[in-house]
Amino acid sequence: MQRLRRTMMFVPGNNPAMMADAFIYGPDSIMLDLEDSVTMAEKDAARLLVHNALKTIDYGNTEMVVRVNPLNTPYGKKDVEAVVKAGVHVIRMPKTETADEIRELEAEIVKVETELGCVGRTQIMAAIESTLGVINAYDIATASKRMMGIALGAEDYSANLKTQRTPEGMELLLARQTIVVAARAAGIDALDTVYSNLNDMETFRKEVELIKSLGFDGKSIINPRQIEVVNEVFAPKEKEIQKSLTILAAIKEAEKRGSGVIAVNGKMVDRPVVIRAQRTIDLAIASGIIKKEDI
Amino acid sequence: MNSIKDRAALISEAAARMGKDTFKGTANKNTMARTEMTQQGAKVTTLEDAIRKSGLQDGMTISFHHHFRGGDKVINMVVAKLAEMGFKNLHLASSSLIDVHEPLIEHIKAGVITKISTSGLRGNLAKEISHGLMEEPVIFRSHGGRGSAIANGDLKIDVAFLGASSADPMGNACGYSRSENAKSICGSLGYALPDAQYAKHVIILTDDLVAYPNTPYSISERNVESVVVVDSVGDSSKISSGAIRDTKNPRDILLAKQAAKVIINSGYFKEGFSIQTGSGGASLAAVKYIRQSMIDQGIKASFALGGITAHMVKMHEEGLIDRLIDVQSFDKVAAESLKNDPKHQEVSANEYASFDEPGSATHSLDIVILSALEVDVNFNVNVLVGSDGIIRGAIGGHPDTAGDSALSIIVCPLLRGRIPCVVDEVTTHITPGSSVDVVVTEYGIAVNPRRPEIKERLIAAGLNVVEIEALKDRAKSIIGEAAPLPFGDKVVGIVMNRDGSVMDVIKNIVD
Amino acid sequence: MEIKNAFAGTLESGDILIQIAPAEQAGLQIELDSTVAYQFGEQIKKVITETLTGLGINDASVKATDKGALDCTIRARVTAAAVRATGKDVWAD
Repeated sequence: MQRLRRTMMFVPGNNPAMMADAFIYGPDSIMLDLEDSVTMAEKDAARLLVHNALKTIDYGNTEMVVRVNPLNTPYGKKDVEAVVKAGVHVIRMPKTETADEIRELEAEIVKVETELGCVGRTQIMAAIESTLGVINAYDIATASKRMMGIALGAEDYSANLKTQRTPEGMELLLARQTIVVAARAAGIDALDTVYSNLNDMETFRKEVELIKSLGFDGKSIINPRQIEVVNEVFAPKEKEIQKSLTILAAIKEAEKRGSGVIAVNGKMVDRPVVIRAQRTIDLAIASGIIKKEDI
Repeated sequence: MNSIKDRAALISEAAARMGKDTFKGTANKNTMARTEMTQQGAKVTTLEDAIRKSGLQDGMTISFHHHFRGGDKVINMVVAKLAEMGFKNLHLASSSLIDVHEPLIEHIKAGVITKISTSGLRGNLAKEISHGLMEEPVIFRSHGGRGSAIANGDLKIDVAFLGASSADPMGNACGYSRSENAKSICGSLGYALPDAQYAKHVIILTDDLVAYPNTPYSISERNVESVVVVDSVGDSSKISSGAIRDTKNPRDILLAKQAAKVIINSGYFKEGFSIQTGSGGASLAAVKYIRQSMIDQGIKASFALGGITAHMVKMHEEGLIDRLIDVQSFDKVAAESLKNDPKHQEVSANEYASFDEPGSATHSLDIVILSALEVDVNFNVNVLVGSDGIIRGAIGGHPDTAGDSALSIIVCPLLRGRIPCVVDEVTTHITPGSSVDVVVTEYGIAVNPRRPEIKERLIAAGLNVVEIEALKDRAKSIIGEAAPLPFGDKVVGIVMNRDGSVMDVIKNIVD
Repeated sequence: MEIKNAFAGTLESGDILIQIAPAEQAGLQIELDSTVAYQFGEQIKKVITETLTGLGINDASVKATDKGALDCTIRARVTAAAVRATGKDVWAD
């Protein structure tokens, strides 16, 4: 089963209680943050906290991501060393504008991984938070084999665009579509930006519905309360599930016959349809609508 | 002839046969205007005078209720007066004691109070008692257990001092006031009603003396000997503080939502079901999250019981809960509703949750959601003594409702900081595991092996059902092994089971 | 190793505040104030000692104010305080 990334929950890297608790809310990924949520004076302490948490806390199947500081700050390289040594799954590079930045990050990762004897273990995702980054989205998405996804960071991007965010999000449309297209072309995941007004769950839900229809795999979130809404929006509908189950059954049937041709109700099924069916079933299982055993 | 004279012999004969006297005539009628008579009220007096008239002596038992919770003014005021008047060796039997009753420490040290019976203890008073402040152990009873003990004579009350938000000069009193001068409101006086009924002498303290008759009343004048007017019996704004609050904590919300899913899939979520929630953020909030399912599935509850909250009042007003049976109004909204809504019924502690009272409402309860300080692998629950060995809670109606309901659900986090809530053995046995059905934590839901059918239903609903040992192990893997607590050899508390037997003892803690 | 006064951590629930100062006598002097002192006091002191000696610090005066921190948090906070006190980082420069 391919990893689902409906929700990537941001957790400040200098808050031990929140780091210990994040897992219980069931986000698909947890992103421990060493960048914007940590003051300069606490960068060293947060780095150690994240390092020790990753090494010790049992996060189950949750994907563990750490947002490091940019490599051109005094903190970036130490962050990379600390989290790679702790076995992080993914390093998230903030404010990525060019493919070179990803390659530079990869070189840092390789340095640490070589020391540990585990070259290739750590994945990379890039947050695109500027107009230049959006222009370079495909280059960034294909800068390394380690790339697992790209994400939009809308606050900096809107400022760069000389506008501000609106509930409808028209100002983000080009960036969002560019990022989804780049991610799909590169064969990696696309994640949407955060929505920070916790008191307006209705607008949040609309935004999640929008980005799902645009093709995003999931959304960055800042509070456990947002998880349920995202999962509800991403949960496949009953009809979709039934259709997908039929397609998957047809695949099994074709495999049994040793045939490469898959047909449902006399109609040929194309590969994209098969991929979509598999994703629908993965989502249905993750949403608790069907059980693995039932397939 | 058949005049009265002619029948005189027969009247005498009938009286003799019945062992009665014959009628000798009445005394002169009292012709005082009744407004004057009732408004003067021979019962109205000062606190000191009321105490003197009560015949209270050293060594006797005095009682109180805790409906104002953190805002209570009566206990500290009365005990200070008793100390001033020189009383010693009194047994203080309150329905519960909380942080605000810290001044009792001094009265205990001075020998004014030498024995305590209560549902719980909190704050510094609890800490001092845990360290051995008192010679005699504190007797802890559940609310239903206290009701029973008062009714059956296990707990004999000499003088009850009962705060009321209104009373008339004859003593008719209740937990709210309909007058313009109303100063306080606590709603239900459920915990005070057994005291009013069974105490030898009852003194009502009120901050709003109203005209006779103060109907509808909770406490009848027939049970009241004195009425004392005071500045304030309690600060209503402090009722819904401490243990009772509307939670914004994401963990509590997670637990509440899980508990709601347990309820909805338990098999008891049917038209006409009944429900109760205990204090604690997550258990109170669970009701909020079953609301939508009630609407979606067209299910209505017949009644909600126990501590009544604003959530329940709202659902009652929406038509989702038909009746409210209220032993304790958990917030001002509930108190106002009790005052204004005839379908919102006050209930006495012993008719609420007594083990030996056939009419107890808990006997008709389907589902109760309760919190816990600790649950052990045998499903025993502790709600009284902290994991540091210090008393910090109250039994409340926990064992009563867990024991009597068809389905009891305990909601507690696996960890509170570095304190585990699922353990090998609870520090103090309060609610026996045999009456606990489901334990909901953020790391999974455990079902008592006695209820395989519930377990099956929850698994079928896709809930994360785990073994209780797995929860305990998970807690240990996160926090490590706790060192044994430094208990001493002195018994500082005795826990009574609701049936009147001794359940457990609490030893002192040594620093 | 030369040690300056330094601290790391906070007084928030689930955290621990570690204050390190030069030793007044040989060895590690640990003064602990913890909300879970009864159950975990010894364990907390053990983690502090192990972390410091692991960093080569054998003489220091440590004041720890614990609000129920897990061992991994204690390790992180002690290391951060030690790094600040000695000026010697655990990561490559």
